[in-house]
Amino acid sequence: MVAADFNIPDPAVETALSAVKDPEVPVLSIFDLGVVREVEVRDKHVAIKLTPTYSGCPAMDTIAMDIRTELAAIGYTCQIEMVLSPAWSTDWISEEGCRKLEEYGIASPLSAEMDKRVLLDGERLLPCPQCKSTNTKMISQFGSTACKALFRCEDCLETFDYFKCLK
Amino acid sequence: MSSNLFEYLLILGDNSMILAHRLSELCGHGPSLETDIALTNTSLDLYGQVRNYFQYAAEIAPEQPGASEDSIAFLRRERQYRNCILLEQPNVDFAHVIVRQFLFDAFQNLQLEALLQSSDSQIAAIAEKSLKESRYHLRFSSEWLKRLGDGTETSHQKTQTALDYLYPFVHEFFDETEIEEIAAKEGYGAKLADLKPGFESILKEGIESATLKIPDSKPRFAQGKLGIHTEQMGYILAELQFMQRAYPNLQW
Repeated sequence: MVAADFNIPDPAVETALSAVKDPEVPVLSIFDLGVVREVEVRDKHVAIKLTPTYSGCPAMDTIAMDIRTELAAIGYTCQIEMVLSPAWSTDWISEEGCRKLEEYGIASPLSAEMDKRVLLDGERLLPCPQCKSTNTKMISQFGSTACKALFRCEDCLETFDYFKCLK
Repeated sequence: MSSNLFEYLLILGDNSMILAHRLSELCGHGPSLETDIALTNTSLDLYGQVRNYFQYAAEIAPEQPGASEDSIAFLRRERQYRNCILLEQPNVDFAHVIVRQFLFDAFQNLQLEALLQSSDSQIAAIAEKSLKESRYHLRFSSEWLKRLGDGTETSHQKTQTALDYLYPFVHEFFDETEIEEIAAKEGYGAKLADLKPGFESILKEGIESATLKIPDSKPRFAQGKLGIHTEQMGYILAELQFMQRAYPNLQW
């Protein structure tokens, strides 16, 4: 879902929330990342429901703190509730989000079937975000964070992170 | 009822927490950078699950006003921890780390699958979230089990030694305590006996494809879920609890 889907009545709130980024991938807003489930504005108070990406993701605490800070700056208080079910999936990353990931140098999630083929069978299918070659090789199933794997492009020789498919 | 639910959440949470602690000891000490990162990421996933269980437990804590996820995690006495003793066993070497992980992942996958049907919607939601991660952990540990078991003569030998040592602990997973019996009967817990056939088949497949042998040793006497732990537990708690004991109510 993108920010507009939430029909947030006050544009200042939408702008403030869009300014909250994933601290691990600072080009993605919380809307791009797909962790926002509900936004309710009443007077000067915002009630937000968020879904964590991974259970132990330390970014969630930072995101909650950043939301409070951004909203306080425009004179709003807020209440944040973490909702576990339905569980977050990489399908919830917006198209815009995937494009921003690629531009930032992180390969965006493949389909579940393709994901399995690159991570488990070592097939060379994942396009390098730098040169687009699919002559890429997995180095490690886990990368800089739990949600990413580490790959190397055998053509341009760059290493890059791949945002793993989570369903 | 609330009190049994509380204790049941401790059984679920403590398994994840004690293993997460063991894995966190490997931070900066993994055999290679990639496995170091993988194991600490797994630790982080498990700690995340623990937070979910303990936040919920704190909400429903019987006669414990002011209980929090932190007080539950850090301020209990050894006898009040309910993890299976397999999970407190030391890292020893990479083979022990992988075998312990594989045995737990196999059990946890099945347990979480069963908990999706829990009559308690919060437990079902935590299970749904955790299962995605647990499946990933099982993939990782099965692959390494295969690579080590079917690797060199030395890696095969070390992995078989680890399996011989750790396998007798797995029976405790299925030793049903009264808490688990009530949980299953009331519909919010998993019936352990139902998980056993699936567990045995994951083990058989994983261990055989790694060219290893399932030991035909006797089950080890284990009552971790009743709070009776091995000598390892004292060392774990000394480190785990130090900050909160030395500086009560410390905030990170």
